[in-house]
Parts: sequence; structure tokens; C-alpha cells
Amino acid sequence: MIELPSYREQAPDVAAHHAQIRERPVVMTVGSVGRVFDSPQGPITALSNIEFEVHQREFISVLGPSGCGKSTLIRIVAGLESCSDGAVLIDGHPVVGPGPDRGMVFQSYTLFPWLTVLRNVMFGPAMKGVPRARAERQALEWLRVVGLAKFAEHYPNQLSGGMKQRVAIARALANEPRILLMDEPFGALDAQTRCNMQAHLLQICANVDVTVMFITHDLDEAIYLSDRIVVLGAHPGRVLEIIEVPVPRPRSVGQFLSGPFLATKARLEELIHGQAEPEETLAAQ
Amino acid sequence: MSGTDVSVFAPVKAGARRRQRKPLLSVRNPLSTRAHAAAGVLAFVVPLVLWCLLSYVPLLWHPLVLVEDPGDSSVPGQYAYIAAGQRVDRAVFEGRNAELAAARRPLARGERANPIFLPAPHEVASAFYSAFTSPPERTGDFWLHESLWHSCTIIFLGFLYSMLLGIPIGLLCGTFSLFSRLIEPFVDFVRYMPAPVFGALAVAVLGLGDEPKITIIFIGTFFQAVLVIANTTRSVDFSLIQAAQTLGANHRQLLTRVVVPAALPALYRDMRILLGWAWTYLVVAELIGEKSGISAFLYQQQRYRHFENVYAGIVMIGMIGLITDQLLAFLGQYLFPWESGKPSLLRALRSLRRPSATAAVTTSSPSVSS
Repeated sequence: MIELPSYREQAPDVAAHHAQIRERPVVMTVGSVGRVFDSPQGPITALSNIEFEVHQREFISVLGPSGCGKSTLIRIVAGLESCSDGAVLIDGHPVVGPGPDRGMVFQSYTLFPWLTVLRNVMFGPAMKGVPRARAERQALEWLRVVGLAKFAEHYPNQLSGGMKQRVAIARALANEPRILLMDEPFGALDAQTRCNMQAHLLQICANVDVTVMFITHDLDEAIYLSDRIVVLGAHPGRVLEIIEVPVPRPRSVGQFLSGPFLATKARLEELIHGQAEPEETLAAQ
Repeated sequence: MSGTDVSVFAPVKAGARRRQRKPLLSVRNPLSTRAHAAAGVLAFVVPLVLWCLLSYVPLLWHPLVLVEDPGDSSVPGQYAYIAAGQRVDRAVFEGRNAELAAARRPLARGERANPIFLPAPHEVASAFYSAFTSPPERTGDFWLHESLWHSCTIIFLGFLYSMLLGIPIGLLCGTFSLFSRLIEPFVDFVRYMPAPVFGALAVAVLGLGDEPKITIIFIGTFFQAVLVIANTTRSVDFSLIQAAQTLGANHRQLLTRVVVPAALPALYRDMRILLGWAWTYLVVAELIGEKSGISAFLYQQQRYRHFENVYAGIVMIGMIGLITDQLLAFLGQYLFPWESGKPSLLRALRSLRRPSATAAVTTSSPSVSS
């Protein structure tokens, strides 16, 4: 067993980075959000008192075991579902439904198959009534950001899974959202592609002024990408801890075996796997 | 090194090639191109060969005898009624010959034949031509091509009206639960009433012209169309709609920019099937009120016992149906390029007009989007 530093220990530059983020204005507030589903067996609490804030240009991950309600949470933020308690505020305004200020990348491929890649990216601006020429120019720009300008005239079914998700990211970014919501966007990809996509996403976030809320169940992915990690526990879904990632930026695959990375991972393991198995909780009830 | 490679792997390669030949029976696996084409041809050739065998091989069925010479008709007997050109049961023919033999008169002559309602392929084939060239038997009747054209107009108009109304209503039902609940229960109720029962009503209300016929086609397809189109619309991937919502699409944009284009290829397939329904209602529609179109032609030819013309007419309906469907399927590939991988209709037409421009269009760099 190797000796690991504490995951709370931050190198001076990392501490400065986190302090800088805390200084920035709050983009999104998740204010004591709760969600109760009705079921034949009585009400089930999927989320209970979820509370955190996301600052401008922050990359925040929500990590948790399956069934902890992390997808429900991001769908509430997106406005695709409503919450039973509390509220989500974007720049101080409560969320009442889906809107272009919260772009979303889904786990399933949701590109419009009848539109070319370029037209897919132009979809959001077109809905807003942006003139076609300008929308097209901007869409090409976003395609360049995700490295797919060459495929502008292709249809989505001509692309690989990773390329589809890159177009989906470009499509969401083309709307210039206040926050980019990503619901396990790389979950359906193979390991190699997922690794490339993570590196790609890091690069995009370094170059583009964007705030990201990222849902995942992959510990490495959460540490590799995020500034902070909101760890959810299951039954009911609740915040176990919010961790400031002590791994310095720029991130690279080489850091996977660094002290701060492993320390964070050990803590995440402890939080998630220390939890009772869902079956046991059910049996206890 | 390469030499050993060849010697070691050559037999394996040959085996692999043998294994690569696709088996003819394989669960949900496509056939090889050759087998695909061959089976398609066989689908038509096998029934045709069976028909030829039945028609041309005398001993295979031929339950009747076509009398050529009835012999001496003055000989009395139970079967004395047979006459030249008649088709009689073999038992009758043999009975008559027994009577003639007993009277020591010359025997009747005849050939074994099939019933008149099973004409031979060559008779139907020639009817294909002669049905078009032979004038109507009664003045005021229509030529075959006129009848066919009339049938096509009835189908087209009935189908057009039912789609003009059915598609929007089906789309609304499939998109908004309110419309679904308001419309579908009643449509489901009417759907089970057979369209022909409205025939008398349609004639009473609309008179003897084409209107009641178009109405029957309309009734036969409209109510089915609403339900089928609503279901197709409902099967549009909900995550596409949600994605559009997060991109800022409002209700109207969701319907016109997402639901409609997403459902369109499946709707097109639905319409091809519904067009087949329209053809099945055609015969009923054309026989109510004043008989018209291809059904009137078939009805009359049947009364004149010109069964080769009846067959020719039936096959013609089948061919028109098959050809329209194949044309629509072909057209569909260009209407929905994202499903077929073919160029869009516009681009295909443009490249037809200027063959030299095709290469330029397909290889143009995607970033140059005009």
C-alpha cells in the first residue's frame, strides 16, 4: 500500500485556481432541490436537499452510483423534469422549462438525422431567428472548435459515435448557453474513443468560455475533467461531499498515477463504495 | 518467408472462401446479391410455370372435354345434348360415346380441356394486347385504356383527399395528447365500419357520378391513415424532441422542424401501404351507383365469359400497383437522402442536367457551403 497525500491538500497553484473560481460570479444555483416520485408502493425520494453553486467557467461533475438520481438532477436543471422541492436558478432566475440558456448533450445520440452536420449545429441559432449566413459562419466556427469542419456536409449516420457527440457538443455550444449540461455523454463510447473525447473536451473548455455540469459514474473521468466533484449517494439521492480536485491544470493522462489524483480517487471510492449496497437498503426497509 | 506463407495459408484461404458463400437459409441475414435477384425472379417464374403446366400438359388437370365433333346427334340418349365447341365433363363425353358405340354410329371427337375460367397463358397474353385494341362490345361502353385511366383518377383523388386531411390530423394526434384523445376514439370506432356499407349512403347523397366512388376510397383510407400516421408520429424518438427543446425550439418549431421531418420517412412508407388499401376499395367503389372503370370492364368481360380479358385486367391492376409502389420506393431514396445515403432529390436532378458538374458537387470541400 503506497502512502497517499490527503485529497484536501492542494498545491499553491491549485489552491489559487480554486480561489479564482470561487471569486467568479455564480452562474447556477441548485437550491435544496428534492424530487419525489409516486409509485404503487408509495412515494420514493429520488433526490433530497441537493444544494450547490456553479461558478462562471467552472467544470463541475456530479458523480454517483447508478440509481442515485444524478440523471434526474441534470434533467431538472435542463427543465425536462420538474422538482418537488427547492429550485434551480440560472443567473438568479428560476428554471421553469427547457431553454437555450442550458445546452444539453445527451448520452444517446440526439443529432437530427435529416439534417447535415452543419445544419444540426445551426439548429439552435435558426430557432432564435439568427440570419442564415451568420448562423452558418458561426456553425462552421464551432465545427472547427470540435475539429469536424471537414464533415459539415455529412449526415449524422455517416459519423462514428465519438464524432456524433462532438457535433452534439458543437450544436449545444453554438447557442452560447450559460451552462453546458452533459449527461454521461461518453457513456456509450468505447474506452479508446472515450479517452480521446475527454482530452478533446478538456481542450474545448480551455479555449472556450463555457461552464459545464457533467454527469458521470466514472471516477477517473470525473477527476480528469473537473474542478469540483459533487458526490451523490443513493436512496435517497443526496450530496455526500463536494470535492475540490487537487490535480493541477493543464490535465494530462500522465496525471492518472500522480499522488493528488490517486488520493482523490481513493476518497471517491471510499464515499461511493462505502455506501451500503442498494439491495441491502431495500432489504432493511 | 512469403513462400511458406502461401503454402501454409493457401488451403485455409480456399476454405475461407467456401465459407464466405452465404447460406440460403440464415435467420435474419440478407441473401447474397445473386441469390437475392434470382429469388426475386423465381417469385414470378414459379407461379407462371405452374400455370403453364396446368394449361399445356393435358393429363395434369384438364377435367373437361372440348367437343370438336359431337358425332351423330340423331342418336337418342341421355347425353345427346352435347354440341361442337361445348366443354363437357369427361364422364358425359364418355357416356355419349358409349351411346354412339351402342348405336354403331361414328364416335364424337374432342380434346381434353380446362374449364373456361382458367385460360392458358398465351390467351391471357394476347388478351393483354387485344383488350386494348378491341372496341367496346356495347356502344357507350369504354375502351380498356379509358377504364384504366378512370380508375387511376378515382384512386388518385380519393387518396389525395384522404392524405390532405389525414396527415395533418394524424400529426396533431401523434404530437399532442389533447388531439389524440379528442379524435382517435371516434376514428377508431368508424374504422371498424367497412367502407362499402357507406356506398348506398354516398350514392344517395352525392348522386351517380364519380363523387360517391371517391368518397368510398376516402372513407376506406382516411380513418386508417389517421391512426397509422398518429402512431408513426408517436414513435418519433422522444430524445430528439427533448434535444430540440434544450436548443430553444418552441411548440410550433418542435412540430414543424423536428416531429414532421423525423416522422417523414416512416410516413412515406405508411402512405405506400395506404395506397394499397385504396386499391382494395376501388372495386367496391366502382361497382356502386353507375359501374365504371376497370371494375366495370372486369364485370362485363366476366358476363361475356371472356375470362382471358378478366385475367388480363386483374394482372394489369397488380402491375399498376407494383409499378407505382416501386417508383415511390425509388423516389423515396432521393427524398430521404439521410436514410439511403443517396444524394438528395434536388442534387440528383441537378447532376442529371449537368453530368460534368456531378464530380464537382460530390468532391467539393464541405467547408465551401453555399
